[in-house]
Amino acid sequence: MTGNGVDRDPWVMLRAATRARVGLGRAGDGLPTAENLRLAAAHAAARDAVHLPLDADAVVAALGERPSVVVHSAAADRAEYLQRPDLGRRLDEASEARLREAAPEEPADLTVVVADGLSPRAVHDHAVAVLDALAARLDDWSFSPVVVAEQARVALGDAVAAALGSRMVLVLVGERPGMSSPDSLGAYLTWAPRVGRVDSERNCVSNIRPPDGLSHDGAAEILAALMGEARRRELTGVELKDTGAALPEAAG
Amino acid sequence: MSWTTSVGGHSYTFADLRELMAKATPARSGDVLAGVAAESAAERVAAQTVLADLPLAHFLDEAVVPYEDDDVTRLILDSHDPDAFAPVRSLTVGGFRDRLLSWQTDTAALTALAPGLTPEMVAAVSKLCRVGDLVAIAAKTRVVTGLRTTLGLPGRLATRLQPNHPTDDAVGITASLVDGLLHGSGDAVIGINPATDRPSTVRALLELLDDARQRLAAPIQSCVLTHVTTTLELLEQGAPVDLVFQSVAGTQAANRGFGVTLDQLREAHEAALALRRGTVGSNVTYFETGQGSALSADAHHGCDQQTLEARAYAVCRAFDPLLVNTVVGFIGPEYLYDGKQILRAGLEDHLCGKLLGVPMGVDVCYTNHAEADSDDTDTLLLTLGAAGCSFVITVPGGDDIMLNYQSLSFQDVLQVRSTLGLRPAPEFEAWLETVGLLDDAGRVPQLGPDALPALTSGLS
Repeated sequence: MTGNGVDRDPWVMLRAATRARVGLGRAGDGLPTAENLRLAAAHAAARDAVHLPLDADAVVAALGERPSVVVHSAAADRAEYLQRPDLGRRLDEASEARLREAAPEEPADLTVVVADGLSPRAVHDHAVAVLDALAARLDDWSFSPVVVAEQARVALGDAVAAALGSRMVLVLVGERPGMSSPDSLGAYLTWAPRVGRVDSERNCVSNIRPPDGLSHDGAAEILAALMGEARRRELTGVELKDTGAALPEAAG
Repeated sequence: MSWTTSVGGHSYTFADLRELMAKATPARSGDVLAGVAAESAAERVAAQTVLADLPLAHFLDEAVVPYEDDDVTRLILDSHDPDAFAPVRSLTVGGFRDRLLSWQTDTAALTALAPGLTPEMVAAVSKLCRVGDLVAIAAKTRVVTGLRTTLGLPGRLATRLQPNHPTDDAVGITASLVDGLLHGSGDAVIGINPATDRPSTVRALLELLDDARQRLAAPIQSCVLTHVTTTLELLEQGAPVDLVFQSVAGTQAANRGFGVTLDQLREAHEAALALRRGTVGSNVTYFETGQGSALSADAHHGCDQQTLEARAYAVCRAFDPLLVNTVVGFIGPEYLYDGKQILRAGLEDHLCGKLLGVPMGVDVCYTNHAEADSDDTDTLLLTLGAAGCSFVITVPGGDDIMLNYQSLSFQDVLQVRSTLGLRPAPEFEAWLETVGLLDDAGRVPQLGPDALPALTSGLS
């Protein structure tokens, strides 16, 4: 009998090579109490990340002097959002009207949408920091007001940018939480956004969650490179990725 | 053909078979998303009532996806065996449910019936079944297949060991492989979802697993779950391919979304057969499916997701698979919202596959944005164990660190095997015994990695 194996050498080497939950030991045939609780805690963190409401006021406050507009998708609440991805891609009527009022006279180069997605926690932890790091690298770009979006999917950014008349949209969105990654932020870039754009027309930088994943500056660096290329070639998506030889692997 | 009936003083009309099937389907989010679900509980029962009176033979006359437009429909109807169908030809769907439950319908009768059944027939009857019926009928349906192990035998529950790693790291994969084998897991297949489809990486993983098999002298088969065209290319270059894998769905358009045609599957099946790598059988394909895949590819033709899922099994059965599993909770809450919907879908899929003669397994799983947890996977695993499920999927601690979802742990399966008196595949069980991983009571003792020196002696 080796108990939970913690003090045995072969596991040291094997555990070092993977985050997989190997060598958990057993109680009879089942999982021992301590491991059962560890798994429950990881699941709880992921669940809470999904169901924590987006604190739009806090995001707006963190944006400081940047102008912003808060919008809501057509999904009324979290339960509807989870079951109706189509509604999470559409604006509710009041939001659409607010955006049209907020539209700049000259089309902006970029709209940044901060969207709760499947992990509002990721947005709270990382979105504004990524935006700050990115803005520092985009001196000659004009920005529309930042849009903070509740119950939002990635494609809501298309409707937002269309209402504002912007040339490009960047959606910073909470990604589906894993057991070991409840706070992962994704960034989706779409040139000439309009309703009906498909995923192959976007570029994505995912797993932004320092210290385990991509850093805020690292993400901003990749995004700024992608955006420069996108503006020069007037496109995003598969073609941009395939020919962007200078882009890091993580940009895919 | 249209039907009208009354329930509770309201009259309901169903314009065609597609609508009738969709509205008779027990509630699930994916059918609401598709806009095909019943609009009330009463309408659902009305549809089920009409469906129960529908002659089974009607399914040979009215297709839910047009014959002219869809090669899956053509496959289903062109390969239908009227002689096998004869014993149930005169029955209605409701009568068929009663027949399936009856004492006279035994394992042999069900095996003989399979070629006479279409996916739409078995989907229809499953819509009239409660969970208890789904288990009871499946429990007497056996589909036995083999390559180096024999799967689907009574009293057995096999496992796919899924040692995924986010960067396909060889030592990381070996760690999960060792952990699984130490828990008596892997008798259905050692199957890796690679992080990349790069052929050189896939080949390295195939060689890693085949090398492990030979060093262990274990009766196992392995698979790297990459696109069929990649596998075919590697197979032609001499890579050790035990099983050809592909995700498939129930319509031609959805399969196009997966980048696969029936001709490609035929070619890959024949190529793998020609390698003659089996010892106890010659089933060389492995398919994964899941309710909602056609809708997510915008290829559902207005059908409900469970009917289309059953049609995917008709694709599988054309290629004599060793393994088929539904990845039932993976696709997300927009298709199956909570534990209740996942439980029912898993049991429906298992029964429908088995009735069609497909060696059905289930990836008992959920994502973190579904209303489900490990209580729900325990319940589904126990009911599948009672239903005679061929195999389930296992990962260390139930936490797949590559695909970011929760499946079963090795311990979960040991516990259910023990609770229900189920054993691993016989060839694998004998191997476990020879390496000391099975005691006299048929239990798997707790041993450390040094119990498998063939894999671990170089590591520590």
